[in-house]
Amino acid sequence: MSQLLHLGTSFVPSSSSALRRNPTSSPAIHISGNKRTTIQAKIREIFMPALSSTMTEGKIVSWVKSEGDKLSKGESVVVVESDKADMDVETFYDGYLAAIMVEEGGVAAVGSAIALLAETEDEIAEARSKANTSPSSSPPSPAAAAAAPEESVGAPEKAAPVKAAATVTVAKMASSVHPASEGGKRIVASPYAKKLAKELNVDLGNVVGSGPMGRIVAKDVEAAAAAGVSVAAEDPKPSPSSAPVKAPASTGIELGTVVPFTTMQGAVSRNMVDSLTVPTFRVGYTITTDALDALYKKIKSKGVTMTALLAKATALALVKHPVVNSSCRDGKSFTYNSSINIAVAVAIDGGLITPVLQDADKVDIYSLSRKWKELVDKARAKQLQPHEYNTGTFTLSNLGMFGVDRFDAILPPGTGAIMAVGASEPTVVATKDGRIGMKSQMQVNVTADHRVIYGADLASFLQTLAKIIEDPKDLTF
Amino acid sequence: MHSSLSLSFSSSTAIPRSGHSSELSCAAPPSPLNLRFCGLRREALGFSSPKRNDSCRVIVSSRGRFKKVSASVSDNGSAPKAFDYDLVIIGAGVGGHGAALHAVEKGLKTAIIEGDVVGGTCVNRGCVPSKALLAVSGRMRELQSEHHLKALGLQVSAAGYDRQGVADHANNLASKIRNNLTNSMKALGVDILTGVGTILGPQKVKYGKVGFSENVITAKNIIIATGSVPFVPKGIEVDGKTVITSDHALKLESVPDWIAIVGSGYIGLEFSDVYTALGSEVTFIEALDQLMPGFDPEIGKLAQRVLINPRKIDYHTGVFASKITPAKDGKPVRIELIDAKTKEPKDALEVDAALIATGRAPFTNGLGLENISVVTQRGFIPVDERMRVIDADGNLVPHLYCIGDANGKMMLAHAASAQGISVVEQVTGKDHVLNHLSIPAACFTHPEISMVGLTEPQAREKAEKEGFEVSVAKTSFKANTKALAENEGEGLAKLIYRPDNGEILGVHIFGLHAADLIHEASNAIALGTRIQDIKFAVHAHPTLSEVLDELFKSAKVHAHVPSPVSEPVTV
Repeated sequence: MSQLLHLGTSFVPSSSSALRRNPTSSPAIHISGNKRTTIQAKIREIFMPALSSTMTEGKIVSWVKSEGDKLSKGESVVVVESDKADMDVETFYDGYLAAIMVEEGGVAAVGSAIALLAETEDEIAEARSKANTSPSSSPPSPAAAAAAPEESVGAPEKAAPVKAAATVTVAKMASSVHPASEGGKRIVASPYAKKLAKELNVDLGNVVGSGPMGRIVAKDVEAAAAAGVSVAAEDPKPSPSSAPVKAPASTGIELGTVVPFTTMQGAVSRNMVDSLTVPTFRVGYTITTDALDALYKKIKSKGVTMTALLAKATALALVKHPVVNSSCRDGKSFTYNSSINIAVAVAIDGGLITPVLQDADKVDIYSLSRKWKELVDKARAKQLQPHEYNTGTFTLSNLGMFGVDRFDAILPPGTGAIMAVGASEPTVVATKDGRIGMKSQMQVNVTADHRVIYGADLASFLQTLAKIIEDPKDLTF
Repeated sequence: MHSSLSLSFSSSTAIPRSGHSSELSCAAPPSPLNLRFCGLRREALGFSSPKRNDSCRVIVSSRGRFKKVSASVSDNGSAPKAFDYDLVIIGAGVGGHGAALHAVEKGLKTAIIEGDVVGGTCVNRGCVPSKALLAVSGRMRELQSEHHLKALGLQVSAAGYDRQGVADHANNLASKIRNNLTNSMKALGVDILTGVGTILGPQKVKYGKVGFSENVITAKNIIIATGSVPFVPKGIEVDGKTVITSDHALKLESVPDWIAIVGSGYIGLEFSDVYTALGSEVTFIEALDQLMPGFDPEIGKLAQRVLINPRKIDYHTGVFASKITPAKDGKPVRIELIDAKTKEPKDALEVDAALIATGRAPFTNGLGLENISVVTQRGFIPVDERMRVIDADGNLVPHLYCIGDANGKMMLAHAASAQGISVVEQVTGKDHVLNHLSIPAACFTHPEISMVGLTEPQAREKAEKEGFEVSVAKTSFKANTKALAENEGEGLAKLIYRPDNGEILGVHIFGLHAADLIHEASNAIALGTRIQDIKFAVHAHPTLSEVLDELFKSAKVHAHVPSPVSEPVTV
């Protein structure tokens, strides 16, 4: 029953269910006079309407009207997506749409204010300041702040500071003026570029076009947004999937600015906080790498990389110690993973990603090296598919190339152990026969989940690993 | 001898006519039109005597009221067979093909004249190849929609396409369907005559290729089914490379970075779907104040929200493209826009290509219409509700019919075919009037749009005039299990009906497979089925057809009033 929108005339839901929810108010958009301000009761709040009996919250699909638009009774103001359908919602009052409190894409509970309606134009400013002081109940809407003309006080954290930058416009005239732009009077931009500019709050007047005949195309707008020609106040679409990577280029870091997390940074942050719930401990080991270095020298020309060798050695050691390759997710049981997938941490601009070498114990070293190269290329191009970075069962992190001799890694949630690999360095060592000699040695340090992996497990795993690395003939089969 | 016979014949038919009709008497002074008829008849007399017999009857008909006479002629099935064919169809498009097949079924000796390729616009430069391109664009869209795939648990790495491969698919499909059409007609014994057909006079047609000898044939009945060509407004220079019509676009010789589409009707909308899926950015230029005119406003609004706003499309409405110059000498395509109302220059655009999708113009030149005194209206051949051609004086031309785009009643391939079948029914003795309000239409975007009958404003206007009540029921695809399984919940079905008697006035669907879903509604309208009856029909679960099931069930019909099936309505 409730899934049918049986409408007499327009988009106004007339179902009895809606009436039941709000017996006193009209079933259309719920606009009520603000009781507290009876003297100027001209500013009304526009509420999220109940479009069906089961609806508890609604998503704003789009605002049909913009702030400042004059509304007349019966006009569509906003499109709301309920649990059943998208519906246009119309106003029952004349007036001006003073402030939008929940932006497009935002969600608001039924009955909460989503915008303010002023009766006269003069009251728009007043309504806006009100919108500012009484933030909407909708969590994903930093919009209330954006709506305010002045710097907002209680605005959601990330919005305000960057907004100041939005007013800083770089006085840079287009160097290659479009021939049809009549000396810069007219801006020639492709449809998508215009759309992006609106979304990213980029002023097209300051963007240099690189398209045919100096036309502004999408990538120009993206570049301009990244360079901060005019920075968006905030990502207008708070959904994580659509947030483009807009990390400021390393060269152009503006000191003193607050920069919202990119999607990747957000994900790393979440994972790191989650890791605090896992009780971890660490075991270190020093491994002599002379034999491994010799092997590497020998087969380097065949495209084999040190990362692949280490991954292979680790995988072979894990075969003998399946518990180290296990994972505990719920704190009540743990899983012996069926395959040995070695994730290797890679720094890419703006973050960190862990491409996974799947079945590293079974794949031969040459294929593994090729696979690694492919994964790194994909990671750089941001084209890794989810199964290529989130299926690791054991993680390797190597900072040896920076000369780091030892460090400590945080265990990624969902895996049993991570190994931090330091640089292999020539070291003076005393041998059992009483001599002193020089050997290349590296320190590894494994962090593990003590709920499932105990000290002895790690110790014997490391012993096995050391044996494999010190006598690496098995690595090449 | 013969003439005396025919004289008596003519008087016998003419007398009852004048008896119950005061409109045109036999004694009416012959207009120039009639003189012309007679003149032509004399030529005909020279051929053979049996023909003369028939033509004399026609003389009578040209004097009297055509309607009745032609009816009496068609009733007179025992008349000696004096024609080369019972039915000659000029134009082998979908309309002509449909008429030819039905004519053979009815036992008529049939020929079809085609000056270009069998299949006409639909098969060669319209619906068919565009469906091939849209099939590609639909898949591209799915593969590119990471969000959508992710929701289904699918992972696909970067999807790409080969332009030539896509173009070949469209071309191969067209030639396959063309062969199918040709073979189906050959197999049934329809004579396919090659050349441009021209009407020489009543029941007489010549055809032949340019530069070859012409053949003249006679036919008891003639159907004009010459179709249409893309309409290009003046001021627009089409070069076939950068300024193109749908004819060129369907060959997909290039995928421009930025293409302006003039006109946001079916054709423009479908091409915007193709081009944006293949990576182009699109600018619509629409003369009316809103995009997608002609669609039910609510459907149009939703469609705009799904098909336009989230895609790489922008638009200018309320403007005419007054001048379009193709790209040359390194300059882009230039489009000058003027305000549709004030005609003031408004803007200018420079784009990589422009597609002219401003509708279609009837292809009726060179048909020899002047020989039978028919004057086209904006190129369209005037016809009555039975597709009988009307001449300059408002009289019916006997034995001559016009179907499809050439008459402009409803410019859709399947409408042409239905009109052709209706004509064949009439010439074989069964009166038939096609109900155009039962003919569905579809736009094959992703998702599709389909409709049948009246739009809501049209229904309300009619209700106002005729004094009945109109109600609207809607269902959403979001409530349909199958649509949700496909993760394609975006969509709306809308029913416009009379709550007093349950008559379906119109159904509009926007959503997954809407084009296939509309037929339940169009059949109901064609058969006069009422909502109170159809709501008991059972639909398989879970299927998209349940969207319509819900729609009918949600309608509130006041009383189960038994009322006769309404008369067929024509438009």
